[in-house]
Amino acid sequence: MTSSISINNLALSFGEIKVLKDLNLEINDGEFLVLLGSSGCGKSTLLNCIAGLLDINDGQIHIKGRNVTWEEPKDRGIGMVFQSYALYPQMTVKGNLSFGLKNAGLPKSEIESRIKHAAEILQIEPLLKRKPAHLSGGQRQRVAIGRALVRDVDVFLFDEPLSNLDAKLRADLRVEIKRLHHRLQNTMVYVTHDQVEAMTLANRIAIMRDGAIVQLDAPHTIYNKPVNRFVAEFIGSPSMNFVPGKLQTDNAPAFSSGDMHIPLQNYPFDGAGLNNLTGGHDVLLGIRPEHIVTGASLAEVPWSTTVEVDVVEPMGSDTLIWSRLNQQDFRFRVDGQSLLDKGDRVQIGFDPAKICVFDNTTELRL
Amino acid sequence: MHSVEPTGRKPRRVLSTRNIILYGFLIVAALYWLLPLYVMIVTSLKGMPEIRLGNVFSPPVEVTFAPWVKAWDSACTGLYCEGLKVGFWNSVQILIPSVIVSIAIASVNGYALSFWRFKGSEFFFTVLLFGAFIPYQIMIYPLVIILRELHLFSTLWAVIIVHTIFGMPILTLLFRNYFASVPAELFKAARVDGAGFWRIFLQIMLPMSLPIFVVAIILQVTGIWNDFLFGVIYAGTRNFPMTVQLNNIVNSSQGVKEYNVNMAATLLTGLLPLVVYFISGKLFVRGIAAGAVKG
Repeated sequence: MTSSISINNLALSFGEIKVLKDLNLEINDGEFLVLLGSSGCGKSTLLNCIAGLLDINDGQIHIKGRNVTWEEPKDRGIGMVFQSYALYPQMTVKGNLSFGLKNAGLPKSEIESRIKHAAEILQIEPLLKRKPAHLSGGQRQRVAIGRALVRDVDVFLFDEPLSNLDAKLRADLRVEIKRLHHRLQNTMVYVTHDQVEAMTLANRIAIMRDGAIVQLDAPHTIYNKPVNRFVAEFIGSPSMNFVPGKLQTDNAPAFSSGDMHIPLQNYPFDGAGLNNLTGGHDVLLGIRPEHIVTGASLAEVPWSTTVEVDVVEPMGSDTLIWSRLNQQDFRFRVDGQSLLDKGDRVQIGFDPAKICVFDNTTELRL
Repeated sequence: MHSVEPTGRKPRRVLSTRNIILYGFLIVAALYWLLPLYVMIVTSLKGMPEIRLGNVFSPPVEVTFAPWVKAWDSACTGLYCEGLKVGFWNSVQILIPSVIVSIAIASVNGYALSFWRFKGSEFFFTVLLFGAFIPYQIMIYPLVIILRELHLFSTLWAVIIVHTIFGMPILTLLFRNYFASVPAELFKAARVDGAGFWRIFLQIMLPMSLPIFVVAIILQVTGIWNDFLFGVIYAGTRNFPMTVQLNNIVNSSQGVKEYNVNMAATLLTGLLPLVVYFISGKLFVRGIAAGAVKG
């Protein structure tokens, strides 16, 4: 696979504040890459740098093998979709779609055919004569996507395009964006703080924090093998449980905390690795709420304990139970039909194959 | 016992103490402001004999438009007795280019300052704002010298330039604040669409900023029309604006004081701002609010 966007040693500061630090990123041709992070992590800034809307302080940006570091946004071969839609309010939908093409000096027939094509794909043909004020949020965002589509570019940039929509529309448009990607096979870079969007859309997710990429991997890798505690906590809802304890290396590696003793002989140690950590080292055991088993399944897992139910949060499809384990909040999911109530005692267990172990000092996954 | 369950709309008493005080105050205030206008209008429609009777508030017994005709056509403004009409046309000639030039420049200033941040743009803006707080009087004489050196002193262009300069700080502030409320993403989208500085301004920003242009036009039209100082200093005798001519009519020390002509002349001079306010009142408030919310 060739690389579509290649970012080398990119750095950007606003005054004294370093927003992006020596950032490197290769985005493959036709890839859907999601930049995910909480607000202020620099993900939108990075996207604006790729678009050429922000001048960078250092580094290079290549798009389709061409160095575009000093190029104007219009010359970079990109189309961009914004959170607030950013439609030109005084122009009709058609005017919005054709504005960029007219600026580029395209012949009228070409403009017409491109608008027709984009309107067909996005099903906005009946709206072409309307002004943005007379469109719903979902329709507006569709027009905004259309404006990127008509540019006939290799790279689409999305800056939190669904954040202004209500939950149902968001889910609908999410699928539409995914279909669009399947159909066009363009490179798409998508900024969001919503992990569901990231997990569902991405070929690869880049998790950002403090202006740097913490982990860049396929969604399932990010979910199953987070590089550190931050990623483990960020991905997954409700987020992972952490139990502090000690590493034991006497015979085979094991995790122990209070009366918990979890053998780790099957744990792959494919993160930072065991290296020369000695016994008694402070570690964290991470286990996702959805990987806790109860009832009949307990027979299949080597370890179990009994906890008291503190809070019950029914969600319909399943129910989230809050309890305490070793004086820590501990959440787990049970079946939606469960009749557990506050004060009940319940036996829980988990498969050690599903856990993550983190070094408590470096917070890296071992 | 006639306890009624409260249901539906809460009843409101029209003649509550609060309403009486509120409307009473409003009516008194309105009368206070309208009374002088009333006196001016009735006086301007009376003949001199009737005025000498001294009933300032009584309506004219015999309505005459002669004072209005005289004020417009033949009242003496110093050496010339051609009425206010000369001043009126001078004012129009000063007004139109001043309004157009000052607003054109200020709108581009405001647009550039809010979207095209350049090195030192904040400093430039601060300097411009500082200009709004310097008393005019300090700059009058230096401007006289500058205009003299440019051979523009005592011409219409001198007044136009001066009005443009003095309108700049407040108008730039007005436009900058308005454009600051325009979402930055709109500007970014236009850049991705390949529009440059002028295309974004003319095709995207201008059509969106009608309200603020209305505000700017009202501010400038009324301000420049009502100006006396710059007109009397920079325009030169033949180009005196209407306000200066009015002053010459009203303050002439020769002959009998023709109150009716003076009143008519004053009303004629004030007519334009008055009309502007009436027409645009609603737009004006909307635009001021639009510019004031952010910035």
